Amino acid sequence: MTAEAKKAPPKSYIEDGHTLRSWFFSTDHKGIAVLYLVSITLFFFVGGAAATLIRLELLSPNGFILSNDAYNRLFTIHGVIMVWFFLIPSIPNTFGNFLIPIMIGAKDLAFPKLNLASWWIFVFAGCFVIAALLIGGVDTGWTFYAPFSTMFSNGYVIPAVVGVFISGFSTILTGLNFIVTVHRLRAPGMTWFRLPLFVWSIYATSLVMVLATPVLATTLLLIFAERVFGLGFFDPQLGGDPVLYQHMFWFYSHPAVYIMVLPAFAVMSELMTAFSKKHIFGYKVIAFSSLAIAGLGFLVWGHHMFVAGESVYVGLVFSVLSFTIAVPSAIKVFNWTATMRKGYVSFDAPMLFALGFIGLFVIGGLTGLFVAATGLDVHLTRTYFVIAHFHFIMVGGTVSCYFGALHFWWPKMTGRMYPEMPGRIVALLIFFGFMLTFMPQFILGWLGMPRRYHLYPPEFQVLNVLSSAGASILAVAYTAPLFYLAWSLFYGKRAGLNPWGAAGLEWMIPSPPPRENFETVPVVTWEAYPYPLEPQPVAKEDGR
Amino acid sequence: MNPLLPQPRLALPQLSNYAAEYDWLFFAMSVFSVVFVTAIFIAILYFAIKYRAGSPADRTDRIRFRSRVILESSWSLIPFVLLLVFFVWAGKMYVAWSMPPKGALEIAVVGKQWMWKFQHPGGQREINTLHVPLGQPVKLVMTSQDVIHSLFVPALRIKMDAIPGRYTNLWFTAKETGKYHLHCAEYCGTDHSVMGGWLIVMTPADYQTWLAQAGTDLSLAGAGAALFRKYGCSGCHGANSTVHAPSLGGLFGTTVRTEDGREVLADEGYIRDCITVPGKNRVAGYPPIMPNFSGKISEGDLIKLIAYIRSLPPGARP
Repeated sequence: MTAEAKKAPPKSYIEDGHTLRSWFFSTDHKGIAVLYLVSITLFFFVGGAAATLIRLELLSPNGFILSNDAYNRLFTIHGVIMVWFFLIPSIPNTFGNFLIPIMIGAKDLAFPKLNLASWWIFVFAGCFVIAALLIGGVDTGWTFYAPFSTMFSNGYVIPAVVGVFISGFSTILTGLNFIVTVHRLRAPGMTWFRLPLFVWSIYATSLVMVLATPVLATTLLLIFAERVFGLGFFDPQLGGDPVLYQHMFWFYSHPAVYIMVLPAFAVMSELMTAFSKKHIFGYKVIAFSSLAIAGLGFLVWGHHMFVAGESVYVGLVFSVLSFTIAVPSAIKVFNWTATMRKGYVSFDAPMLFALGFIGLFVIGGLTGLFVAATGLDVHLTRTYFVIAHFHFIMVGGTVSCYFGALHFWWPKMTGRMYPEMPGRIVALLIFFGFMLTFMPQFILGWLGMPRRYHLYPPEFQVLNVLSSAGASILAVAYTAPLFYLAWSLFYGKRAGLNPWGAAGLEWMIPSPPPRENFETVPVVTWEAYPYPLEPQPVAKEDGR
Repeated sequence: MNPLLPQPRLALPQLSNYAAEYDWLFFAMSVFSVVFVTAIFIAILYFAIKYRAGSPADRTDRIRFRSRVILESSWSLIPFVLLLVFFVWAGKMYVAWSMPPKGALEIAVVGKQWMWKFQHPGGQREINTLHVPLGQPVKLVMTSQDVIHSLFVPALRIKMDAIPGRYTNLWFTAKETGKYHLHCAEYCGTDHSVMGGWLIVMTPADYQTWLAQAGTDLSLAGAGAALFRKYGCSGCHGANSTVHAPSLGGLFGTTVRTEDGREVLADEGYIRDCITVPGKNRVAGYPPIMPNFSGKISEGDLIKLIAYIRSLPPGARP
C-alpha cells in the first residue's frame, strides 16, 4: 500500500543477530520490547496461577485446599506480581518501547543503554519477589499496611519489599527515557499536535512514573527501617503513626492506577481510529484529558482512607476531587465512540478487544463513583465491591487493551499475521468470562463480603461459585493466545508493511522493522490519523 | 432450591435509618449508571452497524467546529453536574455517619488478632458478640492493641477502622431486633476471615436483663478508680498530693491550653495521649514530670482509666 522499498530491504531487527548476547545485551528498543514481552508474560502466568488457586479455593465457604496462611500468601503474591511486574510495565515497556521511537520517526529511544539497564533492573527485582515466593511467601497483602507488615507479619516481607523497591528504578528510568525521547527525538515536521495519541498518553504515564515512584521507594524504605531496625515510623508502640503509612502508600499507589490505565487509553486511540478508518474525534481534547488525568491523579489518594480515621472534611475534599477525575475519563470514552461515526468500521480481533474495553472500563469507572461517594464508601470499602471495581479497570480495561495491542502490532513486531478466528473468539471469551467473574463480586461486596477472606459465610457461596466459573473461562482465554501466537511465528501469513491499512509511521516501514527503523529520517507533513488514506501520505526524504 | 446449597442471600436487612437512606442513594446511582452504560452501548451498536465497512451509508461529515465545542463541553459538564448531586447527597450521609449524637450509649471496643473485645459501661465484657438495645443510639469507641482492624456490620451499611494508638468512633441506632453479621474488614493476618461474630439487637428490657445476667464486679469507671491507685496516678493527681500536677476533675470535654499555645479538646484520645505520650500536649504551666506509660498499661486498662477520669465531677480531687 505504501512506499515500496526501493532496494533490497535491510535486515530486520530480528535477523540482526542470532546469539543470546545479541538479544540480552542489545540496546535496540525493539529487542528490549521483546525481552519485556517475554518476561512480563512469565510474571502474568505466575500471578494468574495464584488467581486460579484463589478462585478454586473460594468454591467452598470453608476452604478445602489451603490453610488460612497459605491463602493470605496467595492473594499477596497475586497482587504484588500483577501490579508491579505485569500491569505497570505491561503496555509502556513492551509497546511503548517498541513503538514510541517509530511513531515519532526516531531510530531509538534517547538513552538506549539506560533502556537495557531498565530491563535488567526489572529482572533483578523480579528475582527478589520470586525468591520471597519460593522461600515461603508474604502475607501482608500487596498494600504492605503497617504496623502489620513491619511488626506483626511472619512472612518474608523484606525480600518482597526490596524487589518492589528495585523495580521502581526500572519504572523511573523508563519514564525518564520516554519523556526525553518525546521532547528531543521527534522527526522533522512531527509537531506535538501531530503525535499519535498513543505517544501523548504514554508521555502522560511517564510523567506519573517519574513523579510518583520515588514516593513508593521512600515508603518501602521506611517499612524496611521499621521492620529491620525497629525505627518507629508507623507502629504506635514505637511512637509512629499507622495512618501516615496509608497516606504515603496511596500517594504513590493511586497515581499508579493511572500508570496502569493511561497506557490502555493510549492503545484505544490507535485501535479505534485504525478500525474505523477515521480521524480521531476530538484530538486535542483526548490529548489534554490524558494530562489532566495524570495531574488530578495526584490529588485523590485520600479516598482510600474514608474510614481510616481521616478527618471528615478532608474526606469530602478527596471525594469531590475523585468525582472530578471521572470527567476526563468519560470524555475519552465519548470521543472514542464518536470516532466510529461516519467511519468504515471493521471488526478484527483488536477492534473487538477495544470495544470490550469500552464496555468494561465504563462499568469500572461508574462503580468507581460509588466508592468515591463518601457515604456509600463506608459500606463498600474493603469489600468485594472494591475488588470488582478495580479489576474492571485494571484487568477488564488495561489487560483487554494489552491483548488488543498484542494482536494489533503482532504483525509489525513479528512480520506474521496471527490467525484471525481464534483471536476473535478469545476477545469475546475474555469479555464474557470477565463479566461472569466480576459481576457477582459487585453483588458480594454490596451484600457485605469483606475482601481478603479465606472463609466466608455460606450464604455467599452461589455467587462465589459463579465468579469462579467465570474465572475458569478467563484462564482458558488468557492462555490460548500463547499457543496460536506461537504457532503464527512459524506458520502465520506474512504481514507486509501495513496489513490493517492503518495510518502512522510504524505502518510505513517493513514488518518486522529494520534495526534502524527508517532508512532515511522521515519528514512529517500530515496530521495524525489522516483517514481516509487516499492520497497515501508518503515518507519523504530528508535533505540531511 | 438445591438443599445442598445454603440459601443465597440477595438482600440485606435495613437495620438503621442510615441503611434505608443508603439503599436509596445506591439505587439512584445504579439507575444513573445503567442509563449511562445503555446510552454508550446503543451508540456503539448504532455506529457499528450503520458505519460497518461494507455499508453504503453517507459519510460526508457536516459537523462544524462550533457544534463540536458545544458537544464536547456538554458531555463533560452535564455528567459532572449530575455527579455533584451524588457527591452532596453522599457527603451529607458521611457527615451524619461521623457525628455520634450526645447521650449515646458508649461501648468500648478493642480489636486484637483475631477477636473483638467489647465492654459495656457497667463493665460487662463480651467477645465477638455485641449486644445492643433497640432504638437507642450506640457509640462504639474503638482502638486496637496490635494491627489495624475494621469493624463492619453490613446490615447497618457502616464500618470504621480500629487503629492502634488512637480512638475512633462508630455510631448507629438499630431499629429491628435480631442477629446480624459483624466482620473484621481490614486485613489483619492469619485468621482475619474468622475475626467476627454477631451483632445482637435486643429490646431495651431484654438488654437490661442481659446486662444483669452478664454480671460484673465493677463498672468501667469503678475499675478505673482502682487502677488509678494501682498505677500510682493518685500520687500526683490525688487530693493529698503535693506535686504540681493538673487536676482531673471535670476535665473531660473541656478545652485545654498546652504549653506551646495550642488549644486541645480533652476527649478520649487526648487523655490517652497524656498517659502514653505525655510530652505531646503538656498543659500550660505544668512541669514535664508526667512519666511515660506507653506499653505499660493495656488497652483495656486505658479504657477503664479514661472512664474513671471522665466520671470525675468538676472540682473533685480524686
